[in-house]
Amino acid sequence: MTSLKPVLSKHWNETDSFTIAGYQRNGGYEGMKKALALEPDAVIASVKDSGLRGRGGAGFPTGMKWSFIPQGDGKPHYLVVNADESEPGTCKDMPLLLANPHSLVEGMIIASYAIRANHAFVYIRGEVTHVIRRMQQAVADAYAAGYLGKNINGKGYDLDLIVHVGAGAYICGEETALLDSLEGFRGQPRLRPPFPAIAGLYACPTVVNNVESIASVPSIFTHGVEWFQSMGTEKSKGFTLYSLSGHVKRPGQYEAPLGITLRELLDMSGGIREGHTIKFWTPGGSSTPIFTSEHLDVPLDYEGVGAAGSMLGTKALQIFDETTCVVRAVLRWTEFYKHESCGKCTPCREGTWWLVQILKDLENGVGKAEDLDKLLDLCDNILGRSFCALGDGATSPITSSIHYFRDEYLAHLSAGKCPFDPVASTLFVGASA
Amino acid sequence: MKDEALLAQMDSIIARYPKSRSAIMPLLHLVQASEGFVTPEGVELVAKKLDLATAEVAAVATFYSQYKRRPVGDYHVGVCTNTLCAVMGGDAIFSGLKDHLGIGNDERTSDGKVSLEHIECNAACDYAPVVMVNWEFFDNQTVESAKELVDKLRSGNPPAPTRGPNTLPTWKENSAVLAGISDGRANEGVQAGPASLAGLEIAHERGEA
Ligand SMILES: Cc1cc2nc3c(=O)[nH]c(=O)nc-3n(C[C@H](O)[C@H](O)[C@H](O)COP(=O)(O)O)c2cc1C
Ligand code: SF4
Ligand code: FES
Repeated sequence: MTSLKPVLSKHWNETDSFTIAGYQRNGGYEGMKKALALEPDAVIASVKDSGLRGRGGAGFPTGMKWSFIPQGDGKPHYLVVNADESEPGTCKDMPLLLANPHSLVEGMIIASYAIRANHAFVYIRGEVTHVIRRMQQAVADAYAAGYLGKNINGKGYDLDLIVHVGAGAYICGEETALLDSLEGFRGQPRLRPPFPAIAGLYACPTVVNNVESIASVPSIFTHGVEWFQSMGTEKSKGFTLYSLSGHVKRPGQYEAPLGITLRELLDMSGGIREGHTIKFWTPGGSSTPIFTSEHLDVPLDYEGVGAAGSMLGTKALQIFDETTCVVRAVLRWTEFYKHESCGKCTPCREGTWWLVQILKDLENGVGKAEDLDKLLDLCDNILGRSFCALGDGATSPITSSIHYFRDEYLAHLSAGKCPFDPVASTLFVGASA
Repeated sequence: MKDEALLAQMDSIIARYPKSRSAIMPLLHLVQASEGFVTPEGVELVAKKLDLATAEVAAVATFYSQYKRRPVGDYHVGVCTNTLCAVMGGDAIFSGLKDHLGIGNDERTSDGKVSLEHIECNAACDYAPVVMVNWEFFDNQTVESAKELVDKLRSGNPPAPTRGPNTLPTWKENSAVLAGISDGRANEGVQAGPASLAGLEIAHERGEA
């Protein structure tokens, strides 16, 4: 039985948790002081040893990513934190920055010091004004406290931190599109190699990390590498934020060691809404293949979810009960990918358009049974042939839902319409009936 | 729109970045703070400031959905209709508001007060269904609460966001914040909403925190 482990969220119930005073009352900036007393390479080694892996979706080892930055190359280095958080279902980084922006500032100081960067950026999506205010204020307060700017904490290290605000584009969460956007261009992905570690922002060595990855770093220095390693599973160390949403009694943020199961999370949080049963769910956002009630005991770590045919992704657990039409859900996600496709490559730009057309007909009960094969064929031509992972992600809900719910697609055709009542799946079904 | 204060703000934004072109996005937010949307004159001014062709600035402005090419209301209402919110009631809220206001997607009421748009996942799914006004959170909405909300916006009594400042800023005021101009309101409002604290509370009940 895995229990909860609030670390990042531990003090979110204190009304001043977002202020520098609140943060420091609870030991904030102590990790930075310990890290700045080490050589940069020793900082990288500690993060490597901790086993911390990226929380932005792909799970790449964070310390290893930092170690790819060439040293002594005479070029400026940059840290860029990805706070674009736009993957459908994902809702952890924004509450984290609202309640505790200083954990990110502290993590950014440590990471920048380790990779020898004197400029760090945080790219925040633009649709969250109050989160942006909190982040801007935290940065201003950190400057005033001498934690940013020249000669930080008297250690002879300089760092400027710039808060950059996006303007509404999911693709800018993809790290190379984000860099183009930050350089002032349309946010479209770049060809790799070269990877950002060699030629990132302004063609200089750059680390791009997710908010939660970087905000987790200070704890490694305050509590120690062994402490961090003591949580989680063999290859997925540490704690993380799981975001529970949808048809559950208590949606919200649940911080726990990696490897907890959805059954455990549901048991402790009251389960599915009264009188209903779970039908399908995403383990890590809409780009990760869906799961069903068969998968309640899958350990929610990188290996466990992968072995069960999906991806841990952003740990966005979107839960849908038996009132939800899976075809409607998948159509809506597909419309999202079509809307957000940046248009750079043909498989994704044209493919997502066709996927929407076919899914619309199926949802409306006017398609044909052969359309299911056409969908799978299209997905086959998009997956692995797209320029970036947005195209790949667009196929996940389709192929996985046809795998688990082919009969439900067909039921639309025999009924000549969607057999579900959309009112039944709303939150206010009782109130408005 | 070439008053001294605005030009000085533009210079201070450009000075933040190692390379000036990186300032294009905040400058476009600043144009919206001044004009309400990205006007042709705004594009020209940004181009001039950054030493770019207007076509280069226009190419960027048209890529991002938050930059508007025509005026929006003082209160721009976004209803999340991505899957999770849509299923939980976002679709019903969006069609309810269209009927109630008599406008469609991307349209504005004739009094210029309110505009309406359906939006993608706004990173608040644990508060579904979600409505944003001027990119401030209005969590856990129903059709009725959303109608009441827009009525108050139209009658000049904007309610406070659920997780945001104590009063609701206008579209232009918030655009300035997005441009990086502080309004000094970061300390207002809650540190976290109830859903953000769900796991922490359960951990306390179970003696795990
Ligand atoms: C379409 C798309 C959207 C993405 N959006 C985000 C995002 O919003 N936040 C994020 O951290 N990573 C996002 N990623 C993953 C990033 O490209 C990158 O892997 C990540 O920021 C690396 O950080 P990490 O190693 O700390 O996880 C996205 C990837 C794709 C393909
Ligand atoms: S896969 Fe889609 S989002 Fe990615 S580069 Fe191609 S068109 Fe753009
Ligand atoms: S789906 Fe509406 S906020 Fe995420």
